[in-house]
Amino acid sequence: MKLLLKNGRVVDPANGRDGAFDVLIEDGRIARVEANLPANGADVLEIAPGWIVAPGLIDIHVHLREPGHEHKETVATGVASAVAGGFTAVACMPNTDPINDHAGITQFILKKAAEARLARVYPIGAVSLGSKGDQLAELGEQKAAGCVAFSDDGRPVATALLMRRALEYAGMLNVPIVDHCEDPSLKGDGVAHEGYHASALGLRGIPGVAESLMVERDVSLAELTKGHVHIAHMSARESLRAVRAGKDRGVRVTCEVAPHHFTLTDEALEGPIKYDTNLKMNPPLREAADRDAMIEGIADGTVDLIATDHAPHHADEKMLEFDRAPFGIVGLETAVPIVFDRLVHAGKITVRRAIELLSVNPARAFGIPGGSLSPGAPADVTVLAPDARTTVNASALRSKSKNTPFDGWELRGGVAATIVGGAVVYRG
Amino acid sequence: MTTRAVERPNHAERPQAQDVAAPQLRSRHLLAIADLDADEITLILDTAVAMKEIGGRAIKKVPTLRGRTVVNLFFEPSTRTRTSFEIAEKRLSADTLSIATATSSVTKGETLVDTVRNLEAMSPDMIVMRHSSSGAPQLLSRICRSTIINAGDGMHEHPTQALLDAFTIREHKQRLAGLKVAIVGDLLHSRVLRSNVLLLKMMGADVWACGPATLIPVGIERLGARATTSVDEAVEGADVVMLLRIQNERMHGHYIPSVREYFALFGMTPERVRRANPDVIVMHPGPMNRGVEIDSAVADAPYSVILEQVSNGVAVRMAVLYLLAGRDERDEGVNA
Amino acid sequence: MSRALTRIAHEILERNRGLDELALIGIRTRGVPLARRIARTLKEINGDDVPTGALDITLYRDDLMRHPVGPQPLVRRTEIPFSIDDRKIMLVDDVLYTGRTIRAALDALIDFGRPRVIQLIALVDRGHRELPIKADYVGKNVPTSLKQSVQVRLQEIDGTDEIVIEGEP
Repeated sequence: MKLLLKNGRVVDPANGRDGAFDVLIEDGRIARVEANLPANGADVLEIAPGWIVAPGLIDIHVHLREPGHEHKETVATGVASAVAGGFTAVACMPNTDPINDHAGITQFILKKAAEARLARVYPIGAVSLGSKGDQLAELGEQKAAGCVAFSDDGRPVATALLMRRALEYAGMLNVPIVDHCEDPSLKGDGVAHEGYHASALGLRGIPGVAESLMVERDVSLAELTKGHVHIAHMSARESLRAVRAGKDRGVRVTCEVAPHHFTLTDEALEGPIKYDTNLKMNPPLREAADRDAMIEGIADGTVDLIATDHAPHHADEKMLEFDRAPFGIVGLETAVPIVFDRLVHAGKITVRRAIELLSVNPARAFGIPGGSLSPGAPADVTVLAPDARTTVNASALRSKSKNTPFDGWELRGGVAATIVGGAVVYRG
Repeated sequence: MTTRAVERPNHAERPQAQDVAAPQLRSRHLLAIADLDADEITLILDTAVAMKEIGGRAIKKVPTLRGRTVVNLFFEPSTRTRTSFEIAEKRLSADTLSIATATSSVTKGETLVDTVRNLEAMSPDMIVMRHSSSGAPQLLSRICRSTIINAGDGMHEHPTQALLDAFTIREHKQRLAGLKVAIVGDLLHSRVLRSNVLLLKMMGADVWACGPATLIPVGIERLGARATTSVDEAVEGADVVMLLRIQNERMHGHYIPSVREYFALFGMTPERVRRANPDVIVMHPGPMNRGVEIDSAVADAPYSVILEQVSNGVAVRMAVLYLLAGRDERDEGVNA
Repeated sequence: MSRALTRIAHEILERNRGLDELALIGIRTRGVPLARRIARTLKEINGDDVPTGALDITLYRDDLMRHPVGPQPLVRRTEIPFSIDDRKIMLVDDVLYTGRTIRAALDALIDFGRPRVIQLIALVDRGHRELPIKADYVGKNVPTSLKQSVQVRLQEIDGTDEIVIEGEP
């Protein structure tokens, strides 16, 4: 099976490449990346002018909801959504039902992914049994089954002691701990960012410090144990400061920011749809200074990568009072348009940086294959159309759930094709 | 007598001889003070003046809302507000129905949206709702056909309370602009605070909000009030002192150590009232915790207008019901 | 206009033996100053004070709530500072037209008490009654077509006394 991607602009930061190159794919792997390659019997995919040929995008923070919450999403619908969003691989969080704290669940998820044959799926296992924070899960067995990281996402790793042990143990396995940083006592029953807008709307607030306090704990523990901590869905400027300080000291800390946290602020809650539950997520949309800090961190390299925290919820579940609606929004299919429209075209980052954030660094952070177009690497390629005008249409999303705040948004940037293992699994 | 004929073309916008072309409320719901402007607030208060007179008659009833159905949907217990709305509705001859959720389908797990949709299938004209979640009325207004009146949503707003408070102040002071109004209590959790600050600020009053530092909401200055933790500073020269409830559960969130200490630092005592303007009026939305936010001597003093607030509540709610209940064509028929 | 009101005052005195038990109630808005002027004239002629009140009939109108377009009419206070039981009540209105305002006024009055007699004084009768109502005292009959409107302007409210008829006959 030969596929030739002809006349594209190849942006491959891992190999220092940005220019006009053709990419030849053979038997599911990158064979050659050179200018003016002859077809020689290969299928030819003509890359239109302006399009970008990049290593497959990887989203390392996704909730596939299966097993247990199949009404929101399944592995099959989740990976369909992923490839429509340009992602060739995703890492899925363990807060399913039952929680993925056992190799049998990991194997189940991998089996479902293999049946779907769309994006690759890398499970993230729970740190503790049931994510209850009492007892370490069998991290070794889970790694052997296919887990690439561990997290109790949905909650923070419950105690400093457990986090310490987890970092030490996972460090032995050469696998990161991903923490949902949040001090439960400061978070309380908050539902929105503690600030003027939450006060005006009568919503209980969650201060930025609830997140940064835990980030500081984790950075200190990573320093102590020499383990690798990855900060999930960072949103507060105080957290960015703590990460930056940790990196300056040489601590093995990486972090991610989701598109909504560098695009929206808590002001959005006041309208045009007041109390729109599609604006409710945890961590919440914060104030402008936080959003701007996230953009700054993305631009200056403090932020390692972008991950969507794709969190599907059924429409019925979001059609509730703001207090009672579940946290979370989908994000796989809006990430690329937002990154291009709000960061690249806005002049905040280059295309190269965008590819680092969406492909190179996710692969590196979790030690998973991908992130480059090196010959011999798996042929996971994303063809991007940076100038394509995309109007977000919630009802047309391939995800089973449509809980997005971006419905109707007109953005510049889209996905032309997604190729996994040499097979074109999505055409835009 | 002088009669003159005027050759002017007929047009629909002719002012009526009998009635002034009335300003109206722009929205078909009353969800929040934040949605109203100063003219609308004045309209409601002026209409309430006429409604109040009805409460002084022997037959306290007018046929205005005859044949209209109003449902009072109270998801939080409330005797005072619910009764006030019921009486207001009955005085306007509406058919009224009160649903208290202890016995309703909500306890069987039905969502708010389904509960109201089922209710709507029976075509109520208006729904008066109190709910413990901020924003519940906004959610409903997006899916309901009925007119929605917010009788209190979570920590967000209680528009008719602020309106009746303003009515009471205006009756005593003949104005709202330029008055110093001190609001003391649990500011953080109070919907009465938010509605009052917005309304009083809009009408030109100088609002001071006072409470323990743990109970002052972020951004209250931006909402329109000066914030202070000193009750003496707040009350100094005030024309109106409004007290808010302190609930017992505030001790569990570490907001205050005890009600005893709260009373010592913030309770409204006769001594503290003396710092205010000699014509001060003292208000409370009720129910009061005597000895916590307010000393009994203050609650029962001649400058306390707490019971007037209650009776004004009926008049103000009648005004709101009337103004929202239906529209009249600009007609000529009144030239009777 | 003052001649017509004076004439009405004399008629009232002629047809009623004395002014006891009489009270004037003006229908808002312009019925009210008219009622006051009649009361003043009666006092000048006869020397007695006639109690005067103001009635707002907005909440009793039969056309409220019927149409979903347009604003609610403004409601004003009713002020009747005396008992109407067993009295002879003279309702005062500026223009008598369809009769619906008077019907509403009768409904309102019944809620206030039980007068012995209710009579109607209209400054202008423009015809086109839709209900079986007639004025007992009329200032002036002004035949009009349905396409016209009749407005009374009064010194106390509009700064001048005149009757304005608009529209084609």
